[in-house]
Amino acid sequence: MKPAPKPTPETQPFWDGTAAGELRIQRCRACERHYFYPRPNCPRCGGDQVEWVRASGRATLYSYVINHRPAPGFADEAPYAIAVVELEEGVRMMTNIVGVENVPDKLPLDMELRVVFEQRGDVHVPLFEPAGGAR
Amino acid sequence: MTVVIAGAAETDEVGKLPHHSTLQLHLEAARNALADAGMTIHDIDGVATVGTPGPVQIAHALGITPAWLDGTGVGGSSFLFHVRHAAAAVRAGLCRTVLITHGESGRSRVGAGRFGMGPDSLLGQFELPYGVVGPPTSFTITALRYMKETGLTHEQLAEVAVAQRRWANLNPRAMFRDLITVDDVFASRMVAYPFHLLECCLVTDGGGALIVTTEDRARRTPVYLLGSGESAEAPMISQMEDFTTSKGFRLSGEAAFTEAKIDHGDVDHLMVYDAFAHVPLYGLEDLGFVGRGEAGAFIAEGHTSPGGRLPLNTNGGGLSYTHTGMYGMFAIQESVRQLRGEAAAQVPGVEVSVVLGNGGMFASAATLVLANRLP
Repeated sequence: MKPAPKPTPETQPFWDGTAAGELRIQRCRACERHYFYPRPNCPRCGGDQVEWVRASGRATLYSYVINHRPAPGFADEAPYAIAVVELEEGVRMMTNIVGVENVPDKLPLDMELRVVFEQRGDVHVPLFEPAGGAR
Repeated sequence: MTVVIAGAAETDEVGKLPHHSTLQLHLEAARNALADAGMTIHDIDGVATVGTPGPVQIAHALGITPAWLDGTGVGGSSFLFHVRHAAAAVRAGLCRTVLITHGESGRSRVGAGRFGMGPDSLLGQFELPYGVVGPPTSFTITALRYMKETGLTHEQLAEVAVAQRRWANLNPRAMFRDLITVDDVFASRMVAYPFHLLECCLVTDGGGALIVTTEDRARRTPVYLLGSGESAEAPMISQMEDFTTSKGFRLSGEAAFTEAKIDHGDVDHLMVYDAFAHVPLYGLEDLGFVGRGEAGAFIAEGHTSPGGRLPLNTNGGGLSYTHTGMYGMFAIQESVRQLRGEAAAQVPGVEVSVVLGNGGMFASAATLVLANRLP
């Protein structure tokens, strides 16, 4: 079985979002910048007037590796890409790329992506697929 | 007050040591370093180490009642942090002489700590769900972006492993000594594209220890600590600000060079933590030895190989010598050997050596400037 995250109080709104089919991230009201991972203060200005907002779900492929030694639960997919994507809002997160063969030729850096969600136990994790849909 | 490394030694052997527990590796390294320093446990009043078993147990097992402890555990760079912290402690008079130990049964896992992060940890929530299997699948994730931004080729990445093997070839203690080519690297098993097996570090057992004190207390020709720096970036590699440069490398390097009052032309020898083949490239650029995007060609042209103008990772590094998991101790040990003129692959005339340690996945970093003479 693939590992499932276990939410903590400061991350619960993120996971509530994914369960609702939304990618929610935090934004600082003072400096108006988005940030990720979830935490109660803005890492740029230190302010604690922060809010949860819905991200567009649009992203680009920042970097990745293609793992040939699968983690538990990933044997059927190996080799598979472990990727870092940059959201339109400027923050980055780790993810997997679905809907496209995970080979270097099909995964050019900066390709456009959009979020999809996969259920893992009680939690939905955000994954990304090519912006034009599965290929 | 001049701070020195007054003793330095590794375990009798490094490599595959299933008959040594983690604790034994610490204690053997400690005894060897004390002997090297011409000291006994009665000279030691400060103890620093990381992880399992930690400074309380190391002090107690050796029979030391410490007046100062440091358990800074920020990954493989921790021992460079310990040297820096020990220097501050002896300068401040908090203690006189500090023993820093490392022992890790990284390969045999005898008496070793458990791996793994809970599903509610930061990594458990935001990285492990994506099939990460330790450093080979996450520390490496910056490389494709670096390649795109700088033009580094797959051949140049492989050349890092080839260059370091030339040093290991001269070191009888190195785990892998046979010379290799770029084609050998490409023919080795793909671990995590773009990294082949030979571009990934070893996993070994071993240990090392250092004794840090003031110059007047040293009983053998000392190695001087001219400067040091430390910093940190992100607890998860996905949050690293720019995948083509390490903030920790840059900041710790700048601090160490500034304190030591040296510039790059003064450096005769360099150790850069090399868990994977891309890390020395970042080290060379982030410490300022070469410009952005130039490190790949610099290594491929042989400048860091035997006979080159900047000998780098002269023990063979984590890629070919040994890598217990927290390699930083071995990088310092090789610097000390080079400065003493005792290295297996001795570089002629080394007077100033720089050590850059990485912790986690570009998470923490520390730099030491060591010398066998005062400026």
